[in-house]
Amino acid sequence: MKLLDRLRAFSQKHAIENSESLSPLGAVIEDLYSATEGSINGRRTILVGTNNYLGLSFDNECINASHQATRNFGTGTTGSRLANGSYSSHQALEQELGEFFGLPQAIVFSTGYMANLGIISSLVSPGDTIVLDEHCHASIYDGCKLSGANIIHFRHNQAQDLEKRLRRLGEQAQHALIIVEGIYSMLGDRAALQELVAVKQKYDALMLIDEAHSLGVLGETGRGLAQEAGVEEHIDFITGTFSKSLAGIGGFCVSRHPELNIIRYASRPYIFTASPSPATIASTRAALSIIQNRPNLRHQLWENATTLYNGLQSMGYELGPEISPVIAIQVGPREEALSMWQKIFDRGVYVNLVLPPATPDSNCLLRCSVSAAHTRAQLDVVLDAFAYFQDKLPQQQLA
Amino acid sequence: MTQDSDVLLSQVIDILSDFSPDNTPITKTHHLMNDLELDSVKVMELMMILEDHFDLSIPLNILPNVNTVADLANEIANLEQQAAQ
Repeated sequence: MKLLDRLRAFSQKHAIENSESLSPLGAVIEDLYSATEGSINGRRTILVGTNNYLGLSFDNECINASHQATRNFGTGTTGSRLANGSYSSHQALEQELGEFFGLPQAIVFSTGYMANLGIISSLVSPGDTIVLDEHCHASIYDGCKLSGANIIHFRHNQAQDLEKRLRRLGEQAQHALIIVEGIYSMLGDRAALQELVAVKQKYDALMLIDEAHSLGVLGETGRGLAQEAGVEEHIDFITGTFSKSLAGIGGFCVSRHPELNIIRYASRPYIFTASPSPATIASTRAALSIIQNRPNLRHQLWENATTLYNGLQSMGYELGPEISPVIAIQVGPREEALSMWQKIFDRGVYVNLVLPPATPDSNCLLRCSVSAAHTRAQLDVVLDAFAYFQDKLPQQQLA
Repeated sequence: MTQDSDVLLSQVIDILSDFSPDNTPITKTHHLMNDLELDSVKVMELMMILEDHFDLSIPLNILPNVNTVADLANEIANLEQQAAQ
């Protein structure tokens, strides 16, 4: 098969359309009115699929910091951190991340994807073993692949299953890296972290937790699930992103191990790309400060998440296993899911459509991400949009 | 093929029968993706079931070498040999 034929076959298999019509996989936001409302396909739309958990993308402090940084340092760094792309602001953000987490080491990456890619591929090598939760994000899988290490899954959130797989490794378990997430992006559930850490301790392995969806969302001061679960001292590496609760773009890793700093010189995704722009770093620093100084945002986020989750559940929708800012709604087969997404959009609401094989168990998902910035009136519109389908749900799906 | 490898192949086929799209009898020449329509999620589930059945670590790294049912059985046989050493 020729190279382009393969792409055409991929397009047919996944029913990718090249038409100009609106598609859930190609929706274009033409204008933004706030952190939670914009224009898509010429229509004013409430955004419930943006991961903008604290609604900081339009925060004045963040915008002003970003604006000032662009004036002072220009639009881009035009180089790698190991060449001309290290500015004092990059170092300051790393210092502030370390202080926020109470950890001595921090590295900033250009995206969250690259943080996982860069850290995992530098920590482990061929001959080592990674044991990861089966629901881990694609960036984690890609980092594992790039490392060349042996990759083993354990069943989602099952500490006993993790233990079984570590036991099979024998002495190699001490050299294994266990990877989990704070909040899993597909179903919105937390890792069973206390139980998983107990197994990790028993086998003396290392653990990395990706707090991409839990930074600013969980924990007394917003440090994530490890803080909420009271196990921070046992976590070896924490990765995360600036593109969700911090409303920018970029990624990071923090660690209690001084060796983290060496990764700067070994990590290809860190070395061979341009560093984050001054504007990005400035808005991220402002947002990180807000996470610490405005805990009311976190409280509002959970109040909104509870409202939407309970509202959808009372309609009979089959949801992820716990209340969370990521609310996954199980829907039917692909065509039904596409039609439902379109009808919800026609009612002025944008949610994410997630199709297999990106979903955990071959089901289609409509995924909402709640923001602290959503008003009660907006959430009511979202609930009304879903209520349209209430009497059309299969009986077995009704609670 | 030795008797042991015949037994192993038969066990792999038994496990794969739960993944057969239309309950078609599975043979060693069946292609996992093309014939059994295993997508990446199903392959991950299969790997965990095989690990538990054989009480063996089966890293995902073997997958690039696996096209058919026989390939899968061979890779498991190799891993069992390595584990026994």
